[in-house]
Amino acid sequence: MYVATAKLTRLRLLLAVPGNVVALGAVSLVTDISSEMVTAVLPYYLVLVVGLSPLAFGLVDGLYFGVTALVRLASGYAADRWQRRKLVAGLGYGLSALSRLGLLAAGASVPALGAAVAVDRAGKGLRTAPRDALISLSAEPGQQGQAFGVHRAMDTVGAFLGPLAAFGLLALGGAYDLVFVASFALGALGVVLLVLYVRDAVPARVPVPVPAGPVATLATVTPPPAPRPSLRLPTDRRFRRILLLACLFGLVTLSDSFIYLLLQDRVEPAFFPLLPLGTALAYLLLAVPVGRLADRFGRMRVFLAGHGLLALLYVLLAVNASPLAVLVLLGLFYAATDGVLMAAVGPLLPDATRASGLAWVQTGQAVARMLSSILFGLAWTVLG
Amino acid sequence: MKRVLIVSLAALLLGLGVTGYAWWRSGPVAGAPEGLLVRDAASGLITGTDRRCERFYRAADTGVCLVVEPGAVPKTFALVLDRNMREVRRVRIAGIPSRARVSASGRMISWTVFVTGDSYNSGGFSTWTGILDTKTGYLVTNMEEIPLFLDGKRYYSVDVNYWGVSFAADDNRFYATVSTKGRTYLVEGDYANWRAKTLAQNVECPSLSPDGTRLAFKKRMPGGDWRLHVLDLATMRQTPLGEPANVDDQAAWLDTKTVLYGRAGDVWSVPADGTGQPKRLVTGASSPVPFPAAAAAVSRMAR
Repeated sequence: MYVATAKLTRLRLLLAVPGNVVALGAVSLVTDISSEMVTAVLPYYLVLVVGLSPLAFGLVDGLYFGVTALVRLASGYAADRWQRRKLVAGLGYGLSALSRLGLLAAGASVPALGAAVAVDRAGKGLRTAPRDALISLSAEPGQQGQAFGVHRAMDTVGAFLGPLAAFGLLALGGAYDLVFVASFALGALGVVLLVLYVRDAVPARVPVPVPAGPVATLATVTPPPAPRPSLRLPTDRRFRRILLLACLFGLVTLSDSFIYLLLQDRVEPAFFPLLPLGTALAYLLLAVPVGRLADRFGRMRVFLAGHGLLALLYVLLAVNASPLAVLVLLGLFYAATDGVLMAAVGPLLPDATRASGLAWVQTGQAVARMLSSILFGLAWTVLG
Repeated sequence: MKRVLIVSLAALLLGLGVTGYAWWRSGPVAGAPEGLLVRDAASGLITGTDRRCERFYRAADTGVCLVVEPGAVPKTFALVLDRNMREVRRVRIAGIPSRARVSASGRMISWTVFVTGDSYNSGGFSTWTGILDTKTGYLVTNMEEIPLFLDGKRYYSVDVNYWGVSFAADDNRFYATVSTKGRTYLVEGDYANWRAKTLAQNVECPSLSPDGTRLAFKKRMPGGDWRLHVLDLATMRQTPLGEPANVDDQAAWLDTKTVLYGRAGDVWSVPADGTGQPKRLVTGASSPVPFPAAAAAVSRMAR
């Protein structure tokens, strides 16, 4: 009995994160099931049902990336400008959910399919920065790592379940369009959860305006100008140092698909689709413990250690080590760098401009990784 | 507690919506067309059979059926079928079915699948093309190792991809497309000596005519669309066919004068000499295969 109680207490301690973070985690979980369902079946749908050659379809992917980067910066700015993080994130979740209906309506039209995918990416770009700002604002400065760890673990559970749900539906005799409809329903449920359970953490320092008289007009009720966010880079020196570091590391980070490509010589073709699931499993199990570790021993220290692990991963790739070890290391790398980076940056930013500050870091890192995969791709083609 | 109620209600409504959609979409199977075997898009069934395939072809007494069996990891198989559509062999392959062909005698089977993630850029794809000799049982799961001669010179590169094989009547010579460094070439292959040489550029998914003199193929236009063309093998002259729309399929020959293809979810035919207009033969179908017993009837319809 005593052991069981002790275990329960430990579990409680582990999950002792603010309700808002758990709510955001639940929204991400449901939304990730929804979006990974589509990601898993989309190639099949495009080739088997629409009759496209995916060789042609892959080319537009780079274009979407640019859209996402710009949307992310704009959404961070908008969320700060009006202090409406929940609203902007909700718009992003809603847009992605609606894009599933767009896929359904697009039929065999390539431009319409491309537009639906672009809307989904835009929705993703829109929600990321305000959502991370909400997590950051909801957690105590000392527990940022744990809060982001819990959120990322829940998010990854969704990513893990999505493909299983999609192929499960197909196995039950459903068709691809049914997967899109189910994905829309889950996406909509995510928005409902967000609306009902997530609170927009309005910084307490913003004074609440009191209507001047009994005949308060709309104009007098609007809050006074909040601390003016701008599109300029935050000036904090530590912030800039971390941003620079994240970009530099991004430049030497191989994309997941490139790592899986290198692993493909060592696994049966039938198991190719399992590689990302292996990474996700390691990530979701390690995100919380590593986040707590980061809170205790320093987030930047853990972030740096994560990249040390990445270097080790490259060595393992070079010496043809077991694919399993590589996948576990990759999951550990994400656990030590993804949420941890946000946890490290968040407390350096003023509450009122946190969304745009985080957007800068996310976009900088993403652009650097994109450059890296282009360079590695070129090197791969030229050097063979 | 009110929130829990609202969430439960929303989940219930959405669940009902999904169930309703599943019920509504399971409409009747499209009628079987005369003289042709096709794959019905809604059910995946091959005309007049209870065989479900993603891609299908048949010639003489051999059929090939590419299927994806869903699961946590979807599995792809190439099924070899006899004249009664019964499975005689099952080959496990990896990827998304794209092309399937059987040589006129029924001996040589080939297929192309797209393999996801087999490329450095995310969302990238590459093709794996397999060849099965049903007489010897010998299987090539991915033909990319075949010695290739580009413009007469032995060519080496890691990025070669093959797709769209079409065998000649001798069950040895074959045509296919190879892509490397962003270009596509028509190759002529020699199965017994296992080598291939390029013949021309920008010729994809070749399909040899029943008399062995011409190849129907899709040609990439400057705007990015593919247009159906026919290549005369004696003169190497190319003739654009009377289909003005984008076609992404490996054509099949109904007879020496007419080609069949899938476009925008339907099966179409167009004269093979560049004249005439495309004709919609079957709505909601793909993988057209001439069915000799009734091919004459379709020929009349296609004219």
